[in-house]
Amino acid sequence: MSFAPSALGLGLLLTSAVVVAATPPAGATSCSGCHAKGVAAPPLLTERPVDDIVNAMAEFRDGKRPATVMDRIARGFSDAETRDIATWLVARR
Amino acid sequence: MTRAARRAVLQGLGAAALAWRTPRLIAGTSPHVVVLGGGFAGGSCARALAREGGIAVTLIEAESRYTACPFSNHVIAGLREISAQQFGYGRLAKARLQLLRRRATGVDATRRRITFEDASHVDYDRLVMAPGINLHFDALPGYDATTAQRMPHAWQAGEQTLLLRRQLEAMRDGGVVVMSVPPNPYRCPPGPYERASLIAHYLKTRKPRSKLIVLDAKDQFSKQRLFQAAWAQLYPGTLEWISLSSGGRVTGVDAATRSLVTEFGTHKADVANVIPPQRAGEIAHVAGVADRTGWCPIDPVTFESRLVPGIHVIGDAAIAGAMPKSAFAANAQAKVCASAVAQLLRGEPPSSPKLINTCYSLVAPEYGISIAGVYEPREGLLTDVPGAGGASPLDALPAVRAAEARYADAWFHAITQEVFG
Repeated sequence: MSFAPSALGLGLLLTSAVVVAATPPAGATSCSGCHAKGVAAPPLLTERPVDDIVNAMAEFRDGKRPATVMDRIARGFSDAETRDIATWLVARR
Repeated sequence: MTRAARRAVLQGLGAAALAWRTPRLIAGTSPHVVVLGGGFAGGSCARALAREGGIAVTLIEAESRYTACPFSNHVIAGLREISAQQFGYGRLAKARLQLLRRRATGVDATRRRITFEDASHVDYDRLVMAPGINLHFDALPGYDATTAQRMPHAWQAGEQTLLLRRQLEAMRDGGVVVMSVPPNPYRCPPGPYERASLIAHYLKTRKPRSKLIVLDAKDQFSKQRLFQAAWAQLYPGTLEWISLSSGGRVTGVDAATRSLVTEFGTHKADVANVIPPQRAGEIAHVAGVADRTGWCPIDPVTFESRLVPGIHVIGDAAIAGAMPKSAFAANAQAKVCASAVAQLLRGEPPSSPKLINTCYSLVAPEYGISIAGVYEPREGLLTDVPGAGGASPLDALPAVRAAEARYADAWFHAITQEVFG
């Protein structure tokens, strides 16, 4: 997919003039399908420190933390991706 | 023609419909995104777009109430009431978007215009279609909307769900229930097998001399080993699954005798649940975004139609590669699509997404199993991220099955809150 530089420049100008949510990192918006207010478990991610989320995902991925579904999901994300997601989630607290 | 002129000409809808509550971009007018369909995909997308800011969002939905399919198998088996499946649009109407309770009848992609039965119209800069499924009655001889009153499909939740439940309740002990399962693709791949499980649970606990026969047009299905292990443990002698290669493919039905015909013979039922083949919702065909498969090919980064520019398709109607047609997937796609639409409207290149799907199935109360996947665009398709995803372990302890049943409940709460709460 290609974009003319002028169109991109216009886009940046427009976005700087209005309040626009930062584009979520890859995978970030899927989490709230399960992690939400008002459920006992799984935990609400926006209230966790970024490092805790990154560590939990690493442990799920490596099989070091008991899991039902998160081990299977964590294997789809690198540490760097998880950190981006966690940072975005926590910023929405 | 300017954006201001092209957008929302809402003839006959009253001036109030034009009173956007969203902020305007510096040009003095916001781009207008219309979302067609207020299910898990459309509802999620409309809300996500409204949160973006700087976009005028209109959600078009003909019904005043949504009846959710996930967990409707519990209603059929008498484990849950239909009211737990039903959601109004009141909270959505209070979000920063316009809710139009109308049935769209036409889409003019060249003029970027949606028309209604009374010839009024609404214009869009980008359109997101979330039309769900249509039952493809023509694909199963003897089955149509009338016959479905006698042999319910219950594959679009609501009155059909209750009809199947009432038929099961009215059936004598010792009766035969027959289900037919279509070939892929269809809404909710593991859904028929969860339904078979919960109907078997109902029969075992309430009408133990009865039997359930599942006639399948496939040899393999989602979470198959988990389902079959559970059936052998919980429902031996009650549930019989007949695969494609054993003659399970239903080629026609006869409503008068409540019979299902296969290449190998005829199964007469006391209660028949016919899940027919499906395709994208009708308006997708009207708009020209569905191809010869009956479903809608899309770009995996933006969910923009491969056939009609300016129209995005999300949820069950889309051909989403490795992603199944599930409510979780619809919700995940909706949020990715909203981000992509916002980026396109800002003139930014859309960023490549990752999406998650998790599908829970109940094989009995407090016995949940799941399948999950992580997806990313690759070579023009949404593909599985290698090494991720898969189904619950076959050897899990009962505590794990119970935990997955609780997580299934939590998921339903989370997703319905996000869309309708």
